Amino acid sequence: MNSLSQLARRLMALDDKIVACMRCGLCQAVCPMFGASGYEADVARGKLALINNLAHEMIQDPEAVADKLGRCLLCGSCQASCPPGVHIMDIFVEAREVVNAYLGLHPVKKMVFRTLLPKPGLFNFAMRVGATMQGCVFRKSKDAQGTVCAPMLDFMLGDRHMRPLAKKPLHARYGSISEARRPGGLRVAFYPGCMGDKMYVDMAEACLKVLRHHEVAVFMPAGLACCGIPALSSGDADGMLRQMQVNLDLLNPVAFDYLVTPCGSCTATIKEYWPRYASRLDEAAAERAARVAAKTMDINAFLVDVLKVQAVEPAANATKVTFHDSCHLKKSLGISSQPRTLIGANSAYTLQEMAEADRCCGCGGSFNLFHYDYSRKIGQRKRDNVAASGAEVVATGCPACMMQLEDVLSHNQDNVRVKHPIEIYAESL
Amino acid sequence: MVSQALIKDFEALLGKENVLTSVADLQSYSYDSAVLTPVTPAMVIRPGTTEHLGQCVKKLYDEGIPMTVRGAGTNLSGGTIPDSTDTVVILTNGLNRILEINVNDLYAVVEPGVVTADFAAAVARKNLFYPPDPGSQAVSTIGGNISENAGGLRGLKYGVTKDYLMGIEFFDATGELVKSGSRTVKCVTGYNLPGMMVQAEGTLGVISQAILKLVPPPRASRALVAVFDELQNAAEAVAGIIAAHVVPCTLEFLDNNTIVRVDDFTKAGLPREAAAMLLIEVDGHPAQVEDDAAAVERVLRANKASEVLVPRDAAEKFKLWEARRMALPVLARCRPTTVLEDATVPRSQIPAMMKAINEIARKYRLEMGTFGHAGDGNLHPTFLCDRRDHDEFQRVEEAIDELFDTAIKLQGTLSGEHGIGTAKAKWMEKETSRGTILFSQRLRRALDPKGLLNATKLVGI
Repeated sequence: MNSLSQLARRLMALDDKIVACMRCGLCQAVCPMFGASGYEADVARGKLALINNLAHEMIQDPEAVADKLGRCLLCGSCQASCPPGVHIMDIFVEAREVVNAYLGLHPVKKMVFRTLLPKPGLFNFAMRVGATMQGCVFRKSKDAQGTVCAPMLDFMLGDRHMRPLAKKPLHARYGSISEARRPGGLRVAFYPGCMGDKMYVDMAEACLKVLRHHEVAVFMPAGLACCGIPALSSGDADGMLRQMQVNLDLLNPVAFDYLVTPCGSCTATIKEYWPRYASRLDEAAAERAARVAAKTMDINAFLVDVLKVQAVEPAANATKVTFHDSCHLKKSLGISSQPRTLIGANSAYTLQEMAEADRCCGCGGSFNLFHYDYSRKIGQRKRDNVAASGAEVVATGCPACMMQLEDVLSHNQDNVRVKHPIEIYAESL
Repeated sequence: MVSQALIKDFEALLGKENVLTSVADLQSYSYDSAVLTPVTPAMVIRPGTTEHLGQCVKKLYDEGIPMTVRGAGTNLSGGTIPDSTDTVVILTNGLNRILEINVNDLYAVVEPGVVTADFAAAVARKNLFYPPDPGSQAVSTIGGNISENAGGLRGLKYGVTKDYLMGIEFFDATGELVKSGSRTVKCVTGYNLPGMMVQAEGTLGVISQAILKLVPPPRASRALVAVFDELQNAAEAVAGIIAAHVVPCTLEFLDNNTIVRVDDFTKAGLPREAAAMLLIEVDGHPAQVEDDAAAVERVLRANKASEVLVPRDAAEKFKLWEARRMALPVLARCRPTTVLEDATVPRSQIPAMMKAINEIARKYRLEMGTFGHAGDGNLHPTFLCDRRDHDEFQRVEEAIDELFDTAIKLQGTLSGEHGIGTAKAKWMEKETSRGTILFSQRLRRALDPKGLLNATKLVGI
């Protein structure tokens, strides 16, 4: 694709979807990016207008449009509250892909999405090297969240307070898991996600502990790749396809009753994007992706809806915990009661709702990498709501949100720990 | 075109992040919620203090540059679409402070960019009530509400924005600060300029501050839903409620097509054969509410409502009210383009207006859904169409012509709450008079000698 009119023609495929926007502007009320910047081009209505203008060749500057499209967390808040129900996320993801095909992918992204992430062996090796070396550059932030910061890498990592890479990632601790199904029992494929595998290993281990407690046989093949959402968000469908292919080869749906993940973003990607994009690979992949997607569940929902875990009365001196709804969990998958039930299953905790519990935390995956200033600003509002709740723990069902919450809480020197609901539940077993 | 030097001046005054000049940014201020052709402005500026706002207006006036003020850009008549490609758009969302909520004297002082729903919530936290609730309240701004005299569902009992504006500060076209009205209930100091600025659509000045009236919140409320087989019965029920000296805070209406479309979408089991549904809410002192609700129920039954539902609690009311909440979203999903009108007639003329609307839909072969505020005669006949289909859209435009003719014939008005803007300017004279247009234009020219403030809106200048 080399000419602007070709770019426009490809975008015109989105015309029927875009025209559904009645420009009511109600997306302004829920958009975290607009909340932080106040620019119309940052809200869905503005972006849809720009994509429309590029499609109709009313703007000749695809780079500027790409830049605006990148200023979005893909949190889906706009779509969830859009009066005419515009398929905003589909439009944004497809437009990013089309514009990206015209402008070309950044070389670093190309290396990461097409070489590193589709080759789990290489990716794991790189992360192991990183985990060994990180001690040289990271300094403990001395906070309740146990994050580190890297003043020497300020130019690269900014002022981030982040969870260090695990010394021994999940796959190195367990290798391949393939437990036999107990008679009459369930067998699930456990997909830890990159962050569950490499950063929040305690959380991933809590998942395994819980599954074991419920006598569910676990299948976790070695060599699982990234789910593909970072690539897709960056407009690199090709990279996403490569990563998905690796996973599909390992995940034969005959081998399990459910596929569970502790990451809302992975769940949403596997359920929604895998079947849609797998048709670009081949028929076999499309069929397998559809079957895997149908069996995929968020682990909170699996425990509550399938295993029927129930809440109990909190103890008298229970720890106050508040819950943050991850965008993928609540807005993409409609899961909001199950993680709360799971928290309630541990009598040592009592749930204290915060204001705006389902407002985006500001992480947005790669958004955080490219727009850290806005990410922090959006995160601060979430932090203020967490702090105002008076909770000692904030729980959330997505490791990316966990990372963001730890960063903003650490910067505010709050004595609030961040946990996944599964960790809270696992503590009670 | 704005010069590089002027851009630099504004950047020095407001900071680079508050002066937008890239094509992508400018294009995102070329439209509002009206179905009209976008116009890309020359520059967009966002002052963060009222002092800066005044300096911006003065500078633009001195340079002879046209200006359009924009809040959330939810206008339905094109009031915030730039007049020309030379226009500078002034954003008010940098001026979004609630300066005072006075619980003793029942007023609040706000900047123009305060979001209506945020303001109403802040007021509610102090146990007071700001009633105007336009459909866009989640994002609309007080400045925009004043400039359009925004209404909403509570108009019948509580009035509209103009009934809550006690005082105003604004910059005239030349950048001079004008103050009028006060924090007191009574104030006759000079002309009633708050009254002039209400629904002026940004043509007479740039609002910098407003004093708004607050009221005590009602202590109780009751909701009722009634279903009618005949439109006439529904209209007589509305008249009967008023005749029984009950003034409901909400008295909403849905027509048959809206009911059917909402039911298709929600599968809520609505009465698909019904000619109309009325959704009614009374509020006030608990004892009065009981009496009023009983009176309303009697009137509904006396006027042959085929069904009267009285929700027992808030959850049930929420469910029954869903049909009204979903009306516009559902209609908007039917076809690519949604043209939402707001022709308003005296309440007694609602059956005549509905009959005419149905005839117009048939005559021009268009799908319409009508819902709205039956209590104040403010209907929302909504055209469901595709703007890309030129033939169909021309029929929509012809149908709108006829719709307005009908509203005027029935002694109603072109616009109950959406404003004139550019969308309805051509019908102004028909409803008013030649003299009205001339008077308005002379007023504008006297106050804005260079014709810079939203020049093409309302009556033009």
